Amino acid sequence: MSDLKKTAPDPETPAADVNEDVSGDVKVAAVSPTGAVDPRLLVREQGFKGYANDFVRRVRGGELGSLPVIVGLIIIAVVFQSLNDSFLSASSLSNIGVYTAGLGIMAVGVTFVLLLGEIDLSIGSVAGVGAALWAVLSVTHEMNDWLSVVIAIAVGGLIGLVHGVFFAKVGVPAFVVTLAGFLGWSGLQIWLMGDEGTINTPTGSIVEDLSGYYFADKAAAYAVATVAVLAYLGSLLLDAKRRRAAALPHRPTSEIALRTGVIAVIAFAVAYVLNEPAGARGLPLALVIFLVIVVLADFVARRTTYGRQIFAVGGNAEAARRAGINVDKIRITVFGIAGTLAAVGGLFIASQSGGASKSLGAGNMLMNVIAAAVIGGTSLFGGRGNIWSALLGALVIISIQQGLNLQGMESEVQFMITGAVLLAAVVIDSVSRRTQKTAGRT
Amino acid sequence: MPNEPVLALRGVSKRFGAVQALTDVDLEIRPGEVVALVGDNGAGKSTLVKTIAGVHPIDDGAIEWNGRPVQIQRPHDAQELGVATVYQDLALCDNLDVVANLFLGSELRTATVLDEVAMEKRAKELLDTLSIRIPSVRIPVASLSGGQRQVVAIARALIGDPQVVILDEPTAALGVEQTAQVLDLVERLRERGLATLLISHNMADVQAVADRVAVLRLGRNNGVFSVQDTSHEEIIAAITGASDNAVTRRQARTTEASK
Repeated sequence: MSDLKKTAPDPETPAADVNEDVSGDVKVAAVSPTGAVDPRLLVREQGFKGYANDFVRRVRGGELGSLPVIVGLIIIAVVFQSLNDSFLSASSLSNIGVYTAGLGIMAVGVTFVLLLGEIDLSIGSVAGVGAALWAVLSVTHEMNDWLSVVIAIAVGGLIGLVHGVFFAKVGVPAFVVTLAGFLGWSGLQIWLMGDEGTINTPTGSIVEDLSGYYFADKAAAYAVATVAVLAYLGSLLLDAKRRRAAALPHRPTSEIALRTGVIAVIAFAVAYVLNEPAGARGLPLALVIFLVIVVLADFVARRTTYGRQIFAVGGNAEAARRAGINVDKIRITVFGIAGTLAAVGGLFIASQSGGASKSLGAGNMLMNVIAAAVIGGTSLFGGRGNIWSALLGALVIISIQQGLNLQGMESEVQFMITGAVLLAAVVIDSVSRRTQKTAGRT
Repeated sequence: MPNEPVLALRGVSKRFGAVQALTDVDLEIRPGEVVALVGDNGAGKSTLVKTIAGVHPIDDGAIEWNGRPVQIQRPHDAQELGVATVYQDLALCDNLDVVANLFLGSELRTATVLDEVAMEKRAKELLDTLSIRIPSVRIPVASLSGGQRQVVAIARALIGDPQVVILDEPTAALGVEQTAQVLDLVERLRERGLATLLISHNMADVQAVADRVAVLRLGRNNGVFSVQDTSHEEIIAAITGASDNAVTRRQARTTEASK
């Protein structure tokens, strides 16, 4: 038994225990034992060709990400602008910005749920309950404006948590739980509204400002654009510096400059359009709030352990459980986030439509919210997608609505076109998923 | 050679209702040693692994860790001791990249913010010391080959600095080249002084990397063999119980009779 095959220890393998904590100090790491680094690791150092190859590899592998939706947005802009040259006018774009906020905030919540591989059908009803609750508390019962807003949002979150508990703990499919919620909460909404058909937004209230307030000072839009660009540049530089210190592949300065340049052009173009042309009203508050929510949500999803756990549960719940992740907790809290953001979105919708009503959140709003998230590139099958897809998808849907409104088209055409766009998005998702599967096996 | 077993099972038994899955099983694993656990279907291999991993607590017998008796009641207990288990159905998230999978559940972070740089650095060092070749640590696991995925799954078990690694059928679904990759990795685990328990159906794999073969048959020990001194056929015979059949009994009788 003593003949342990302690064959000549591999001379290439340093005897060092990899598990010693090496995260802190700088080491000549990343040089593989044989000295040769895998050639496929060098994508970043081949210049433009490397990027092109990397891009082709991603597309072949089915990682389309947000590419289709950006192409779609450009097509939408070109088509509608050629049909009606007021589509890209200041007031039209400003409207798109404001209306995108309400839909987009709800879509952020749904994106979290989709990342889990689940669906939330109650978004519209919860938005309606949030708006109705706020209106009844604030207008009918004359409660403090801020307090009623906070209560409305908190109740939205609570509703989401209830859905999550039924889904995670009881094991009812999320589809059914939220379908029940869809009906039940819209009943609660109608009951809350009572005899009132609609409760108008009081002038000077917070909810009115949500979509009605514009920063008239031109400096505001430019300042926000500058801060955003600088923050983006700063995060890229910091990341590159840390990676260089750790001897890991990092973005070359040229790429950082290019990325920052693209972001800067977009940010300042938006700021310019909101500020300068005739009829411009300045930076809408709605857009600021929406962007803050998107940036925060994106940070949570991509940079925190919580976000990583959401992706893990969405990718393979059993693997996540074996890795010691509290799957139930993730599921419940994600539905809580969706409910919270649905209520916030409901307040925005109430603000845009002039008040809470019995039918707020009914109709095709739910479908638009889910469509926004999916069109943006978040997979219906879980584990793939990002928060920015909510913004891009909401932009697509609102742009189509705005364009068709300018053409004087009726809502039936809007429904059909939005339906077709959603179908196209889901087809792309399914096909790219299939491509990923085949690319995933060799 | 350090001869104190890091993990020893002494007379372990396990029942599921009326089914006696394990009876009086002994097993020892030493540091720097690969022990193959073989047996026919239903011989109790999986059950034995699960008792060590804490999925099923044992009914009778004792488990010793570095010579002192321990209780393994939950998977967490096993992990605390330093037992890492790589299950047959790889517990990887296809949508996450290699780094994220390696550190899943034990992410390096400041407060709650992930430290991607430190994780990537440590992942590369770990993969390099194991001579694991994958295109990039930042591609989703879905785009790796079956062998690469298995290798990542095994590397993942090493993140927690275990002393014993249990591999449940690591080569079952792999092709020739990929199996070779995994077997190379098993040898590297031994070079690093880890005690490895390898469950396998494939005798060729077992003979290639294992130092000893422990055979289970119908929930009981049916011999522990040194790979070097034992033929393929002897091990197969122990697994199937083929040494106890009409032919061998007649042989035994004739040798008796001729005396």
